[in-house]
Amino acid sequence: MLSVPPQRVLVALLLAALASFALALATGSVSGVLSALVDWSEGASSRSAVLWQLRLPRALSAFAAGGLLALAGSLLQALLRNPLADAYVLGVSGGAAVGAMLALLAGGGLLGMQAGSALGAFATLAALFLLARRAFFGRLHSAARVAEEASTSVLLTGVMLAAFSAALLSLLLALAPDVQMRSIMFWLLGDLAGATDLRAAVAALVMLAVLLAASATQARPLNLLLRGDLQAFVQGVDVRRVRRRLVLVSALATATAVTLAGAVGFVGFVAPHLMRQVVGNDQRVLLPAAVLAGAVLVLLADTVARTAVAPMQLPVGVLTALIGVPVFIGLVRRL
Amino acid sequence: MSEAPIECRRVALRAGARLLVDALDLQVRAGSRWVVLGPNGAGKSTLLAALAGARRSDDGSVLLGGRPVEQWDVQALAAQRALLPDGWLDPFAATVLDTVLTARYRLGEADENGTRIAEQWLARFDCGSLLQRDVRSLSRGERQRVAIATALSQEAPLLLLDEPIAHQDPRHQALVIDELARLQAHTVVASLHDLNAAVRLATHALLLNGRGDWTAGPAEEVLTAERLSALFDTPIDRLPLASGPGFFAVRPPR
Repeated sequence: MLSVPPQRVLVALLLAALASFALALATGSVSGVLSALVDWSEGASSRSAVLWQLRLPRALSAFAAGGLLALAGSLLQALLRNPLADAYVLGVSGGAAVGAMLALLAGGGLLGMQAGSALGAFATLAALFLLARRAFFGRLHSAARVAEEASTSVLLTGVMLAAFSAALLSLLLALAPDVQMRSIMFWLLGDLAGATDLRAAVAALVMLAVLLAASATQARPLNLLLRGDLQAFVQGVDVRRVRRRLVLVSALATATAVTLAGAVGFVGFVAPHLMRQVVGNDQRVLLPAAVLAGAVLVLLADTVARTAVAPMQLPVGVLTALIGVPVFIGLVRRL
Repeated sequence: MSEAPIECRRVALRAGARLLVDALDLQVRAGSRWVVLGPNGAGKSTLLAALAGARRSDDGSVLLGGRPVEQWDVQALAAQRALLPDGWLDPFAATVLDTVLTARYRLGEADENGTRIAEQWLARFDCGSLLQRDVRSLSRGERQRVAIATALSQEAPLLLLDEPIAHQDPRHQALVIDELARLQAHTVVASLHDLNAAVRLATHALLLNGRGDWTAGPAEEVLTAERLSALFDTPIDRLPLASGPGFFAVRPPR
């Protein structure tokens, strides 16, 4: 851990966020788009359209999705006391994808897909907590060893749920009409090409702010929970209440992010991991830092995804996975 | 604080189908130091968890300051009793000082004395040089003493300790027992396996045989060679020393 004052890290992350916004809005096949922010003249209308109808909603969506995934990842890691937990690894994103696919095949359209993905995310988390409720809401006085095993069992249960939803997806893909294949594939990998709704993007940002604020009120007790349920209870934490709240927050965050951007993987796990190296494990600092880092990461990744091989667009999930997998393996090797 | 900081009335504790403790009546008076002895799996940790309010007793009631422990608010409870659990989790890096400061949670963000008190207890348990070390780099013995300093930094008058001298070398065993025996403002309930350490620490003793039976009373009445031999089903002698209560020596079982 580096010894950087946390305020300085948060300010640096905010500046990085502004810079990546500027970059995301300025980069693309149409240039000079940023000037539409101040130039309201007739001639600027096409550039203004690109800005307000394409780039801004997409940038805001990327930012919100990244922040939400990082928040969910940080909370799941703290709740499970395991740095490998993440909505994608635990199968929540996969479950959301199955839900979205089912809605699509049923002819639900975009709105149906979004509702389906939110339902899928919640259903998977519900299944996970039900299958592994001993680890989340188990007896307070279990020995430390038992608690550790329980956390491993949640992680393994999640990995198996992910495998199960991958199998379901393959099944659904085999049944899907060919015309839908490409858009489905992109969505499954995490894609922001469809994120052109400014209101949805703003709503997701508001959701991010609310959920981050809700988690921030639980950051101190969460610091204690990291060291064991029994210890936290003895020191004055209402363990079950804190857990219930944070499980709900991470479920809402994941469902919102998946609805917005599809199954973008590994952000929830890379962002907290990187920030932990810089600010340490105080959740009061780590949670906002990870949220900002995740948001910047997805925003930059999406900017690269839509410009690297232009005019073709890559799904942003491909890039986050390309970054995330090596980090994951590196972390496992150090455990 | 009432006269009996903690009290058991007809408390029964079960583990699955096994009855560990049955109809336990116990009055722990302020300032006394109780040692809990018994074979492995006899229910010592279970009893400490029940006294701490982390586990319900299967029958009877545990009263803290005269009120059933499960009726206490979690934060108010933290001001009354601290517990040294039988293990710890350090999943992420953290300094020793930050780890000890978790004990100050109940005092809120504006806790001016936290660091001073934490450093003071760490120093008394020979961890004064470890403040900025990562807890995950400590030896088990060091980590255990940090955990003891954590329990004490909570500044609760009732101290429940599960095997406080586990993992300690001879010097630190003696140091931990000595520091605990010197506590003036605390009431102590500690499980131990070392009989001679028990004699040095205890004003009172509770023997649990793990089959429901128990014996409780003043240390000099309970900690006798006959009772301990029967408790552990192993011949135990008391060798007289020039001064003091003597030395317990364990012979190999049959």
